[in-house]
Amino acid sequence: MEHAVETTLTVNGAKVTRRIEPRQHLVDFLREELGLTGSHIGCEHGVCGACTVRVNGEIVRGCLMLAVQADGCEVETIEGLSDSRELAKLQKSFHEKNALQCGFCTPGMLMAAQDLVRSKKKVSREEIRAHISGNYCRCTGYQAIVDAIDEVIQGK
Amino acid sequence: MKAPPFAYAKPKSLAEAFALLERPGAKVLAGGQSLIPSLNMRLSSPELLVDITGLQELKGISTKDGKLLIGALTTHAQLEKDSSVKKLVPLLAEAVPHIAHAAIRNRGTLGGSLALADPAAEYPACAVALDAVFVLKGKSGERRVKAAEFFKGLFETALKPGELLVAAEFPSGGKSAFLELTRRHGDYAIIGLAVHESRFVFFGAGATPVVVTGKSLAEAKAALARIKPPADLYHSSATKLHLAGVLLERAWNTLSKPH
Repeated sequence: MEHAVETTLTVNGAKVTRRIEPRQHLVDFLREELGLTGSHIGCEHGVCGACTVRVNGEIVRGCLMLAVQADGCEVETIEGLSDSRELAKLQKSFHEKNALQCGFCTPGMLMAAQDLVRSKKKVSREEIRAHISGNYCRCTGYQAIVDAIDEVIQGK
Repeated sequence: MKAPPFAYAKPKSLAEAFALLERPGAKVLAGGQSLIPSLNMRLSSPELLVDITGLQELKGISTKDGKLLIGALTTHAQLEKDSSVKKLVPLLAEAVPHIAHAAIRNRGTLGGSLALADPAAEYPACAVALDAVFVLKGKSGERRVKAAEFFKGLFETALKPGELLVAAEFPSGGKSAFLELTRRHGDYAIIGLAVHESRFVFFGAGATPVVVTGKSLAEAKAALARIKPPADLYHSSATKLHLAGVLLERAWNTLSKPH
C-alpha cells in the first residue's frame, strides 16, 4: 500500500473515507472494502456492463473507473437504489416478465434501465435496445428484458 | 484481471501536470475508457498515472469567429447534448451515439479519443473530415496542429512527450454525413465514413483516417479502390473495401439530394 491515496466518497448516502491503492477499480472497492457485492464483476474491461453503478447521477462502468477517481463523488449502487425503492417498478416488471434467469447481469441491467426510465422519455423498443446494448445477458435473449423495461416506460 | 501497481496524482493546474508528466513512466489519465481496460488486461504498465480530469482549462465548449472550440475533457455525453455542437458541427453530434455505450459515453472524452488515435474510432475521422485544428500545450508553450497532420500512424500522433491535447477547434457549417457499419450497436466499426463537404474520410480502413476525394462518384470510387483496409477477425480486406464502397455511395446520394 505504498502509494495508497486517502479518498472520501459518498456511497448510497453514507460518507466513506479509506486509503485506497490507485490500481483498485471502483467495483473491487465496493465489493471488497465495503461488502457491497450487488455490483458484479464480469469482464473487467468495459464490455459486459455487469458492474454498472451511478456516479454523480450518471451511469458508469465500475471496472473502468479507479476507486481513487471517485474522491468527492456520490456513488450509488444497486443496493442503494433497491433500498430506496427507486427500482421497485422495474424489479416487479423484471420478475413478472421473466426478464432474468441466472441473475448475474440483472443488477447492471437494472441500473442501465433505470437510467432510461428516469429520463422520462417515451422511448421506442429500438431505443431501449440501444441503451442496454452495453449490458450483456447470456440467458434471456433480451426479448423479456425489453418487454419489462418497455412496460415501465410506457407506464402500463 | 487486475491492473499492475502504479502511483496516482491529480494535478490542479497545467503547470503541475507538465511537471508530473516529466517523471519516468508517467501516463495521462483522462476518461480512462481505453486506458483502464488496457491496465486491467496488463497491456500497459505505467509507473504514474496523471489524472488530468481536475484541470478546468481543458473543459467547456465555446464559439469564436464561427468556429467551435471544444475542451479536451468534454465527454461524449456532454458533446451529444450540447446545442451549439448540434447546430454548428452536426457531424460530431451525429457520430456520438455510435461510440460504445451510454455508461462509457458518460466518462470517455473527446481529447482522450483523439490523443489515443485508435484507427477504428469515430472522432479522428470526423476531425480530419472537418479539417479541425488541435491545440497542443506543453511546458514550452502552445502549438496548433491540423487533424490531417496529427494522426501519424497506428496509435501514433504528433503529440510530443509531456504535451497535452487541450482542445480541438472545428469550423462550422457545410454539408456532412456520418455512416458506420457494426455487427452490434456500440461495437467498434467494421468500416465507417465521416463526410464533410468534399472530404470523405473512412475509419477502420487503415492505420490512420483514410481520405478519399473525387469530383464525381466514379472518381471517388476509383480513389477508394486504391486503399487496402486491414482484415479483422471476421471481415477480409476485400469485404471491408466492398462495404466502404457501399457507404461511399450512400453518403454521396444523401449529400447530393437537393435540400
